[in-house]
Amino acid sequence: MIIRLAALQRWLFRLARDEQLPIVLGQRRIFIVPTRAGVLFAGVLAVMLIGAINYNLSLGHALIFLLAGLGVVAMVHTFHNLFGLRLTPGRAEAVFAGDLARFPLQLDNARRQSRRALEFSFGEQPGVTVDVPSEGRVIVAVPYSTARRGRLDPGRVTLATRYPLGLFHAWSYPHPLWSCMVYPRPLRTPLPGPSAGAQADHHHGDSGQEDFAGLRARQPSDPTRHIAWKAVARRSDEQLLLVKQFAGGASDELWLDWSLTPPECGQEDRLSILTGWVMTADEQQVRYGLTLPGLQIAPAQGSAHRTNCLQALALYGAAP
Amino acid sequence: MSSQPSHALEHGTVPWLLAGALATAAPHAGHLPLWLSLLVASAMLWRVWLWQRRRPLPPRWSLALLVIAGVAGVAWQFHSLFGKDTGVALLVLFMALKPLETHHRRDALVMVMLGYFLLLTHYFYSQSIPTGLWLLVAMTLLTGALIRLHGGAQPITAIARQASLLLLQALPFLLILYLLFPRVTGPLWGLPEDAHAGLSGLSEQMSPGSISNLIQSGAIAFRSRFAGETPEKADLYWRGPVFDSYDGITWRAATPAAGLPKPEPVIEASGTSYAYTSILEAHNQRWLLALDVVTSLPPESSLAPTFEALARERLRIRSRVSFISAVDYRANRIEAPGILQQALTLPEKINPRARALASEWQSLPPEKIAATALAMFRKEDFHYTLRPPLLGVDAVDEFLFGTRRGFCEHYASAFVFLMRAAGVPARVVVGYQGGELNPVDGYLVVRQSDAHAWAEIWLAGKGWVRIDPTAAVAPSRIEQGILAALPEGEPLPSIIRLDRDWLRQLRNRWEAANNSWNQWVLGYNPQRQRELLSRIGLRDPDWQSMTASLAILCGLALLIVTLWTLPRRRRVDPVQRAWQRYCAQLARRGVCRAAWEGPLAFAQRVARERPELAALTSEAADCYAQLRYGRSGDEPLRRLQQCMRRLPPTRRKEL
Repeated sequence: MIIRLAALQRWLFRLARDEQLPIVLGQRRIFIVPTRAGVLFAGVLAVMLIGAINYNLSLGHALIFLLAGLGVVAMVHTFHNLFGLRLTPGRAEAVFAGDLARFPLQLDNARRQSRRALEFSFGEQPGVTVDVPSEGRVIVAVPYSTARRGRLDPGRVTLATRYPLGLFHAWSYPHPLWSCMVYPRPLRTPLPGPSAGAQADHHHGDSGQEDFAGLRARQPSDPTRHIAWKAVARRSDEQLLLVKQFAGGASDELWLDWSLTPPECGQEDRLSILTGWVMTADEQQVRYGLTLPGLQIAPAQGSAHRTNCLQALALYGAAP
Repeated sequence: MSSQPSHALEHGTVPWLLAGALATAAPHAGHLPLWLSLLVASAMLWRVWLWQRRRPLPPRWSLALLVIAGVAGVAWQFHSLFGKDTGVALLVLFMALKPLETHHRRDALVMVMLGYFLLLTHYFYSQSIPTGLWLLVAMTLLTGALIRLHGGAQPITAIARQASLLLLQALPFLLILYLLFPRVTGPLWGLPEDAHAGLSGLSEQMSPGSISNLIQSGAIAFRSRFAGETPEKADLYWRGPVFDSYDGITWRAATPAAGLPKPEPVIEASGTSYAYTSILEAHNQRWLLALDVVTSLPPESSLAPTFEALARERLRIRSRVSFISAVDYRANRIEAPGILQQALTLPEKINPRARALASEWQSLPPEKIAATALAMFRKEDFHYTLRPPLLGVDAVDEFLFGTRRGFCEHYASAFVFLMRAAGVPARVVVGYQGGELNPVDGYLVVRQSDAHAWAEIWLAGKGWVRIDPTAAVAPSRIEQGILAALPEGEPLPSIIRLDRDWLRQLRNRWEAANNSWNQWVLGYNPQRQRELLSRIGLRDPDWQSMTASLAILCGLALLIVTLWTLPRRRRVDPVQRAWQRYCAQLARRGVCRAAWEGPLAFAQRVARERPELAALTSEAADCYAQLRYGRSGDEPLRRLQQCMRRLPPTRRKEL
């Protein structure tokens, strides 16, 4: 019985993912039911009709019929508020667990009338409300408050509206191929190892940048303030940017190791500590490597390296 | 479908709600007690002040106190908590206090629903054209409040436009439902006692002052339209109740002796018959105010032994009735002795001077007696006025020999007293006399100010004969109407005193419009519905066929509205269209442009595959590229369109 119900739901609400883009809301994907206010409205009309019949109020009949027509028209308008809307999903930026992931959705309205009060939400999560102007385009970020690290599949979006009169509730379930990387929540603790103290001392002095060791070609991960502008200016015949290399930093290679985290903490907390270290090390411009059970990332620097490490932490233990 | 979260109310929604509340409550101020109107107004002003200062709303207990005080006040004022007026008063009270506790969207929704309901209650009091128009405005405001509530901040004009658009699109449903929704004649159950309060008209008795009070109202009593010619003005006596019992002050209809069969009136009409249809305003009595004397009655009515046409039920809604009447008639040449006996009865002892005067005439034949009495009214110093002096116990004596100033009720009363004292059976008839023709729609308009009282005497061989003593005193009352008969300064309603032609014409037009409205809009009842349905081919419709046609028509209207509001396609620009059409033409000739192919690449491929089309395609592609990427102008577009026409014709199979 339950299986049948699930099958019915799948068939009715088209729970499959939307492979084809953009997602266009056709009549087959829009559902509409009266709201509680709509039921109240119908009840009020019924009572009014009895009153109008009882007192023989001709104009009362007219009023009730006009209101009934208004209800029907409101239904059509609520439906059309969604009908024909085109949705193009975008990529969601990675976030830390506990933060809001935002899934961008580009909305294209081809019709002359604007579409108002479109509410986007994931399941029971709080959503956002947007208006799309006539023949306009709006990008909405649908929030998802994350709890756990890993690759987040937000599921289908609920797109709902009650505009214009709130008597009907129309909704649709677009289900784009969406995912978002959720890093472990960072737990800030002092950096580990023997060099940890030294690093803390050097924090303000930037000692790693004092012992000039030579020039090399710039790589995208190098910070711009290390570019040797004078040297570049002298060698104007070449397109290459040169960066200054320093001796101090290279010697202080830091290993952020799983085994350095307190073993009495649980796995998630240890991952959080490692995440905190990665963030701190990255901020302090330290060359660092990451060691997890069964996984090692060689020391390096820069945002690509950081992303690599954070991703490894996010997916740690997950099936490949 | 998640459960509805409790949305907090936006600041900008409140003015819409207040405007809606004001528009629905304000017209009730006319019939609510003053203290309640003041309470409502101050509650609304308070809310406006709170809104403007962005103050928090008052605590619930203070509102509860206000509600209890208001309900107690209403109960005290109306002596009950049930009934029409009480219900309206309570609704207005809630409508005014509800804005003070609108915290959430749900509260606002309840308020709008209350407003929609309150709109209906206005029709208890008036269903005129201005009421209808005003309520349309109120409805737009309430609908605008809903739009503001669910659509967020928008300019006022945008909301108003959207609300009007919704109402406009709802109009077809109104029309279909109004015409085809199966009508039931109410009431479904007993109405509260005050349901028909406020209906004015002739009353069931006549005491000094009762008619002169009525005359000060310009309200329309009924309208009549004659199929053929209209009778002379002096013959327009519209018969209401007949009074044959007098207690010295008040005239009433005698209660017929129980058990006796009601005598059937016998009417011998001669001369012209007049067929006419009257539209009677509701007056909460049974009489139908037909022209004296009726020869043919509408269904569901009867002729009383005293010749007035009576409906089966009290007239509580505006009714349309058709009669045939004759103005030359003899009625009840043979009269039941009981009725004649009643027509001679007078209270003991009062008015000795009048009795003495009448006894002098007793030897004369009855017609002479009547003529003598009329001659007395005509020759002696009697005056016709709406403001007579007050009379005491011997009212007739004081009037005949003292004040000599009176109104039709005084003259009729004194005349009948004299006749009875002289031994002539006589009685008082109350009704309307005259009427004014509205040239716009041809209806004769009879107002409350045309109310009149006259006398009837019974003569052997002639039956009941109408004698109007007022005509002896003020002939112009009968010939020209009340306005001409009364001196300046009498308290007549201003609506009949319009002396400017254009004002009179304006009034006639307005009243004619009202008459059409009454007949065609308000007067649409089950009977008219049956007539209309049989005219469009649904003979003897039962509820099934009516429901079916209703459903079909509503479906059609829904389809129209759906198509109307369907998202409209963006217009394809002419350059794009011309190029697409050119490519479509080439496709018919066997070369299809792939979706990814640019114009110049496509032209090169055409040149390779179909050399005979190369020159034309290359020109078309050049034009398109120029229009798209170069300087634009009309010239390349025209050339592009020409390219399509210059293509060699395809072989046509159908030829």
